[in-house]
Amino acid sequence: MNLRRDVFQAIADPTRRSILMLVATQAMTAGTIASNFDTARPTVSKHLQILTECQLLRPEQNGREIYYHLNPEKMKEIAEFIEPFRKMWDERFNRLEDVMKNYQSKNEQ
Amino acid sequence: MELKTKIHAEDNRQELVITRKFDLPVELLFKAYEDAGLFAKWMGTNVVKLEAKKHGGYRFETTSPEGHVVFSANGTFHEFEPNKRIVRTFEMENTPFEVQLEFLEFEKLTNDTSQLTMHIVYRSVAMRNQMLQLPFAQGLSMAHNRLQEIAEKLK
Repeated sequence: MNLRRDVFQAIADPTRRSILMLVATQAMTAGTIASNFDTARPTVSKHLQILTECQLLRPEQNGREIYYHLNPEKMKEIAEFIEPFRKMWDERFNRLEDVMKNYQSKNEQ
Repeated sequence: MELKTKIHAEDNRQELVITRKFDLPVELLFKAYEDAGLFAKWMGTNVVKLEAKKHGGYRFETTSPEGHVVFSANGTFHEFEPNKRIVRTFEMENTPFEVQLEFLEFEKLTNDTSQLTMHIVYRSVAMRNQMLQLPFAQGLSMAHNRLQEIAEKLK
């Protein structure tokens, strides 16, 4: 699924990570976000587009301005991306424990 | 409740550490790695080769119910010190993943409990991250496939 892989590509970029941290404190317009970076405005727009496409940012129209909000649900998903890896090992080691406990009780009989 | 299995993976490092506490004496924990039959049981794979000694090799294969090999991996033991330490390489066959180096430390906690510390070193940070994401990606694609199945039925 390319969409999800893009989420990781999105957060691989330091500028995009900075944007996420910035917006985490409060929703901002593209202009305000861009004023925090030395990068050219179109580059920042491109970053915002990528972050919006993979749903890390949510744009909301407020009068004439568009404010970018952080999507906490999506962020949570990323924070937990390591969890399936941990679970895989946990289940594997649980099996090891079961197999060896069986082996132990058989040998004690 | 404290998690039994922990993963420690620092940003921008090409390594990770897995720790696990077992309700098993360290001798039994080690035996799970030494005995081909037992190893096969808990790993859910066929052990084709397991030369449990320094410079020995190992190889395993997982087959589908139809008999096709769906997963295979191999490696070499660089150290094999009973109830203490295993140093080995591990390589999944027919994948883009390159060989990794694994340091396994077996530790006695009490007479009936033990701890395993697995330190894995990858060729690059990118490769480690890809490996970390593998179960996540598989989980997502499985969820995606299920969604597609449901969508197909609704058509």
